[in-house]
Amino acid sequence: MSWYKPADTGYATRRLLAGWGHGARLLLRLFVLFGASFRRFGLVRDQIFFLGNYSLAIISVSGLFVGFVLGLQGYNTLQRYGSAEAVGLLVTLSLVRELGPVLTALLFAGRAGASLTAEIGLMRSGEQLSAMEMMAVDPVRRILAPRFWAGVIAMPLLAAVFSAVGVVGGYVVAVPMIGIDSGAFWSQMQGGVDVWNDVGNGVIKSVVFGIAVTFIALLQGYEAQPTPEGVSQATTRTVVMASLSVLGLDVILTLLMFSL
Amino acid sequence: MERSRNDVWVGLFVLVGLAAVLFLALKSANLLSLNLQSDYRVTAKFDNIGGLKPKAAVKSAGVVVGRVETIMFDDKAFQARVTLALESRYAFPKDSSLKILTSGLLGEQYIGIEAGADEKLLAAGDQVTATQSAVVLENLIGQFLFSKAAEGNGAQEAGGKK
Repeated sequence: MSWYKPADTGYATRRLLAGWGHGARLLLRLFVLFGASFRRFGLVRDQIFFLGNYSLAIISVSGLFVGFVLGLQGYNTLQRYGSAEAVGLLVTLSLVRELGPVLTALLFAGRAGASLTAEIGLMRSGEQLSAMEMMAVDPVRRILAPRFWAGVIAMPLLAAVFSAVGVVGGYVVAVPMIGIDSGAFWSQMQGGVDVWNDVGNGVIKSVVFGIAVTFIALLQGYEAQPTPEGVSQATTRTVVMASLSVLGLDVILTLLMFSL
Repeated sequence: MERSRNDVWVGLFVLVGLAAVLFLALKSANLLSLNLQSDYRVTAKFDNIGGLKPKAAVKSAGVVVGRVETIMFDDKAFQARVTLALESRYAFPKDSSLKILTSGLLGEQYIGIEAGADEKLLAAGDQVTATQSAVVLENLIGQFLFSKAAEGNGAQEAGGKK
């Protein structure tokens, strides 16, 4: 078997483990730097401004459209069973439990994650990170940690905005357009939505997604090959890996939270 | 700490996010009305609870007066033991009776309270003895078939004697 060398498998395994080790160590350092980031809150604030405020428009417009569509489709099915009033409950539960956190994380990965990767990858290829190390400034503490915590803070807020705007979108479709009674719309929703089980678990989900997306974006940028192709590949990988891990984590979290 | 122009916008962003969480908690999950009312617990045993679930409504005259808290199986009496949380502002006579009812043809099941005539009132920890189980469709069909079959047998026997 000349085409198979055991050394290749060994090398691939070792590289995979080393990659995981690098990632895990970076994640641990980012968590440890929680206090350090907040002592210089100016850095985190500027990143929240960049990641959060600039994403607000795309998030609220997407939330409104998703709310419209959920309202229309939900009504279409529910009116066959004579329970069109439950459309508010359907819209809210779908948004708060699943679509709010997941779609926000996907949009966040595309809108903010990609730009984080490109920014840090270019810093690496321009040797700015090495220059900082030469000046005894830790790039993880100065560059990565504020971005990480800004992403972790911004993501749940964006997801909440998405869900809230979506609920309003569902209301706009159901009550003025279709003509469902406003009181029945809200009371069905309030009867079926639980603060801790539904809203609270949705917030937990969005925090987990925020950690995952921001961390993947930073890691890809930090480990990018310092060439133009390397940065472009890292940006692509960020979007692909962040989206896949958000969807995968969502399955796991849903199984843990809602399967009873 | 240094101030910057971004402070205002980041502050607004955080406020908008928190307002969204608050909106979801208050408007869609109705946090206030759930937690501000105190309630008292009453237990009841049912032969069969059908499709009753925890958090189902307890209604009297159609008005929601409480919620089903827990449903357990009592392996001494072989019955279901249901704990109800009734709102403190509503009092019921001690001999009130409970029924498991269904809202609409295919709707959720809930517990209906019918007030009795006792002068003493239900207090926390009391057990309601007068209960009526859920209507189970299979049992109804079984009874119907059984009574039909009995009629048929009766007619045959009557015919045979002639």
